[in-house]
Order: sequence, then structure tokens, then C-alpha cells
Amino acid sequence: MFFNKLGLVAILLLAMSSNIFAQDTDEEIIIEEDLIEEEILEENEPTPVEEVSASKKITTEISGNIRGDYRFYPDDALYPNQEQEYFSAIFNPEFYISWDKGNQLIQFKGFARLNQYDNKQSHWDIRELYYQKVFKKWEFSLGAKQLYWGFTESNHLANIINQDDVLEGSDIKNKLGQPMAHLSFSPKWGIIDLMVMPYFRTLQFPGIRGRGRPPFILDNNNTVYESEMEEYNPDLAIRWSHSIKSVDLGISHFYGTSRLPFIAPIDSTNFSLVYELINQTGLELQATTGSMLWKLEAIYRISERKTIKATTIGGEYTFSNVFKSDIGILVEYTYDDRGNESINGLDDDFFFGLRLALNDKQSTAFLGGFNLDRKKGTLTYFAEANRRLGDSWKISVKTLGFENIDNTDFIYLLRNDGFIEVSLAKYF
Amino acid sequence: MKSIITVIIAATLVVFTPTKAQTPEEKGLNISKKAELADNGWGNYSSTSVMTLKNRNGQTTTRKTHGYFMEVEGDGDKSLTIFDTPKDVKGTASMTFTHKVGDDDQWLYLPSIKRVKRISSSNKSGPFMGSEFAFEDLSSQEVEKYKHKYIGLVKLNGVVCYKLERYPIAKTSGYKKVIAYLNKENYRPEKVIFYDRKDSKLKTLTYSSYKKYAGKYWRANQMKMVNHQNGKETLLNFSNMKFNDETITEETYTQNSLKRAK
Repeated sequence: MFFNKLGLVAILLLAMSSNIFAQDTDEEIIIEEDLIEEEILEENEPTPVEEVSASKKITTEISGNIRGDYRFYPDDALYPNQEQEYFSAIFNPEFYISWDKGNQLIQFKGFARLNQYDNKQSHWDIRELYYQKVFKKWEFSLGAKQLYWGFTESNHLANIINQDDVLEGSDIKNKLGQPMAHLSFSPKWGIIDLMVMPYFRTLQFPGIRGRGRPPFILDNNNTVYESEMEEYNPDLAIRWSHSIKSVDLGISHFYGTSRLPFIAPIDSTNFSLVYELINQTGLELQATTGSMLWKLEAIYRISERKTIKATTIGGEYTFSNVFKSDIGILVEYTYDDRGNESINGLDDDFFFGLRLALNDKQSTAFLGGFNLDRKKGTLTYFAEANRRLGDSWKISVKTLGFENIDNTDFIYLLRNDGFIEVSLAKYF
Repeated sequence: MKSIITVIIAATLVVFTPTKAQTPEEKGLNISKKAELADNGWGNYSSTSVMTLKNRNGQTTTRKTHGYFMEVEGDGDKSLTIFDTPKDVKGTASMTFTHKVGDDDQWLYLPSIKRVKRISSSNKSGPFMGSEFAFEDLSSQEVEKYKHKYIGLVKLNGVVCYKLERYPIAKTSGYKKVIAYLNKENYRPEKVIFYDRKDSKLKTLTYSSYKKYAGKYWRANQMKMVNHQNGKETLLNFSNMKFNDETITEETYTQNSLKRAK
């Protein structure tokens, strides 16, 4: 009898301590009764007074960043007066003001670089400075703007509005501001954009003391325009874009001065860059199926001299939440019948890339990849990683390199200009 | 004769219908549907939020966002969220169309490169901005995205709640199951416990500082997510919640407006 009682107490204690009956400490089980479904009762608690102050009449915002770059070229310079190490200071100010309930605004984004040696790489630009007026389904902007079209990562065939800022490296982050009048209409069936661009900007190359240039200095003396109006030829573009369920697409047409010149030799050591008048139709397509993004960009470009077809096709697969990280695998292929004439050398090339986002507090990210020419074996590779430090600093490391460059490619002239760069930026 | 049959049929219905027991699955689904109905018709609202990330040593970091949310009849919701801090991602905006059935649509606008990128919907189980919230915890919770099971009535800190188990239908979800506690009186969620794919307890989300908006809709002004596996926690505080915001229209959710978002 005594043992029985003791046994009962022991079982009770055990049950209480091991939480067999309660899965969570602050939860008590109610013996279930047959529930009577109730109507949702209207509560009589007073509605709290909305905390929002009346929307301000004018919103202004000043932001941007200051950055320091240290760039090291491991290979010896090919041409005289070039250096191995460069320091730079970069300033990216931004200003925004809106009024009329946000329906009228002015946006400014500036850029300036001070390079230790090269006075051409020390340059500044107005990336954006435009006025915009928004009507319900309409948007009108006037000024210098940046517009980006397309989906693929290794090549940006359809993206034609803004000229590359080659002095900053020819990736999509670095584009020159394009003066334009831009009208955009967003009905139920997508977005229609109309652009009139009254002024054209040429590619700018580094000066005598800079790396990443051919043996001679390319400047505006080497520029040839097909248009009699030269850089004042009015360029026109129209685009329709839409997202239908998991498909994003865009179709565009451009008439005007080609952003990419072709290279016309003058003699054995010199050449000119010819900016033709072109009609270019572009297609961008992206379909999302689960973890896979399928991508396609294609252009059909007609000039008096030549008709060009080019396509980039590929995809990106993401392995999500692998140790909290996202890992993306990218494979793309470009065919461009311009062949060696294309300055970036992508004519029959595969691209393999890896994207990594650690999804941590510092937003640590990595992107790397290489382009491999299917026939010539030319290899260009890049890798970049960045991480936030504290709340407003960011450190980045970047490398770019070339291997086995065919001597018929334009980048053969830059083959020793692969670099490693460390940057530290302060955001404000 | 006819009337006798009618009476018999009616009597049969009266006698048998109430006693026909609902399965826990049916009951779970019913409660979840009632919860959805209770929140139906909220229309739209805007809000600002501050996320405070806290590590095991108690160090904190904050992320500020503001957003615009719109209810879509017969489908999931639309949302537009803009990042205010950290400063290097200021102006980055995300637009999400949640769907009851099938994958959600999500785009991210990166102002530094002027580019709109599609986020494949299976990428939603990862952490949001280094916090303990996953993308999927922050998107609208549609009834159709889960299998439901009623567990029982429980008292949670003195509040009577329906306790439900929910099993995400999407294979890409980071969870095997979640346990939800819905307030019996008004169906608002009080607590959610998340179990990872290995069925071990991962996180607990607690809702607090509830306020009623537009006379009817309960919104928690604070959500606290505690990760039991890494000891970190994230506090999500909402403010400036404004229902019937006249600036929110169908046009708020176009790619043009995504690029313009401030």
C-alpha cells in the first residue's frame, strides 16, 4: 500500500518534470467540450487614432557613398607610362526631392573619380538628373536617365539606351547618363516606353598612364559618325514589356547611333571607332519554373554595312537555404555573328557562373564566373565578393583576368590588364 | 404521405447532422477558413517597420522598411516593401503577388543598377536580411498553402486558443510543420511554433501589442521570433499603420511604380 502511494507520487512528479502533458510551458490544455461555433463578435474597443501625420508636402533625401579603391595589376604593363598599382577616390552623391503627393520629383545621381595617375580615368558624370511627372497610368521624365533592359548575366544584348562607362569597367553597374525625354504608359497589358534621345555619348578610354587601353590613345579624334548630325542625331526607342504569371518579357526597337562602335583600321598601328546608324530589334524573355530562371535575349540589328544577329540563352538554378545560404548556378551561351568585331569578344562563348548569398547580418555575397570561347579557347574570368561592416560601411574585393586570349580579339590588346581590387565604401 | 416522408427526412437530418463528427483535418481547415474570413475585407494599408536583430551576446542591429499592402479578391495579396536601412541597400524595393494556388510572383528592384530581378518563389525559405524571419514568414499566409489539423483548445497565458497543426504544401518550404495558436474569440494568431524539415523545433513567433484597425481588423504591432537552435532573436515592430490609405491603388503594383518606390 505504501509503495503504491509512493509509486503514484513518483509518476506524477515524473510527468510534471518531463512535460509529457504540456508541449509548451505557457500552454494549458482545456478538456475539450463540443465546441459551439460562434459568430465573430464585433468588439467595441475604440479604433485607435491613426498615428500617421498628414503626408508631407515636400520630401527630400540626400544620400550616397564615398569609396576608396586600391587596384593592383599582377602582370607587367604592356605599354610605356603604365603603372602597377593605382589608388582612387570615388564619390557618388544622390539627391531626391518630390512634391505634389510624390507625383512630381527630381532625381539626381552624380559620379566622380579621382585616379592617382591617369587624368582620363579621373572623370565625373551626371548618371541621372531628371524631372518626372506621374499621372495615374502615365509617367513623363525629362533629363539624364539610366534605363536597364534584359535578364541574362554574361551579356546584355538588349540593353541599348545607356553608353558604357569603360573607364569604370564595362559591366552594367557603370553606365553614362543618357539625356532623353521618356514617356511611359502602364495599362493592364504591360508597360509601353517611348524614348527620344537628342544627344549621343561615345566610349571613353583610359589615358596614357592608365591600364586597360590599346597601345595608342583612343580619343574623340578616332571617332567617326555615320550620321551627318554626328552626336546630335536624335535617337528613338520604343519598348513593350509585361509580366504574365511566371513569364517576364520585353520587345524593343531602337533607331539611332549604335552604342557599340566597330573598329576600322587606319594603318597597322591605328584605327578609328565607327558609330553607325542602326535599327535594332530586341527580345528579352524570362520564365520562372520553381528554382529555375530560364533566360533569353536576342537582337536583330540592321545597318547600311551589315545585318547582325546575336543571342544569349541560358538559365540560373538556385539551391535555396543551404546552411541558410542561397547558391545559384548560372550557365549561358552567346552567339553573335559580329565575330571578332564585338569589343567584348563574346561571339561563340559559354558562360559558367556561381552566385552565393550567405543571408547573414552583413549580407555577405559572392559572384564569380568565366566566359570560354568555344573555338578559340579564349578565357575571361571575374569574381567579386562584398560584405557590410557595421551599419554603413562596405568592403569589396574584385578580380578580373584573361587567359589564352586570341590575337584576333580586341581584348588581346588588354591581355595583361587583369587586376585585383579592394574597395572600402562609406554610405551616408 | 408526401409530408410524412418530408418530416422523416427532416428529422433524420436534424438528428444526424450535428452528431456527424468532423475529422481533426476538417475542423482545422474550418477554423483556418474562419480566421481568414474574420480578416476579410481589410482592403489596403501602409506601415513602417523596424526589425531588431539580436545575437546570443545581446548585440543588436536594426533594419527599417516601409510597405504598402493590398488585398486581392479571390487571390493572395499584393505588397510593395522598400528598404530604408542599412544605407547600402536603401531604395531597394520588393514587390510580391501572393497566390492561393501555385508559386508566388516576386520581383526585386536594385536601384544601383536600375534593374528589376525576378526572385524564384522557391527561394523563400532563407533568412530575410540576416534576421530570424524567413521570406515565407513575412508573405501573406493563405489557407490553401497548408494542410490543417485541429489539435484542441488550449489556454495560452490565460487566452483560450485553437491549437492547429499546419503542414506546408510547398516542398520548398523550410518547415515540416508549424503549430499555430489562434485566439478563440477573434481568430487572430497569438503564437506560431515552427518545426524544421527534420521535425525539430526551430523557432517560436509571438504576436503582441495587438490593435484593432478600421473598426475590425486586428494587427499585432510587435512580432518576436526566437530561434531555439541558434539562440538568436528578431523583434519586428510596426508603426504608422494606416488602413484605407488613399495613395494605394492598382497602379502601386506596376514595375514603373516599383522603380519609382521611395
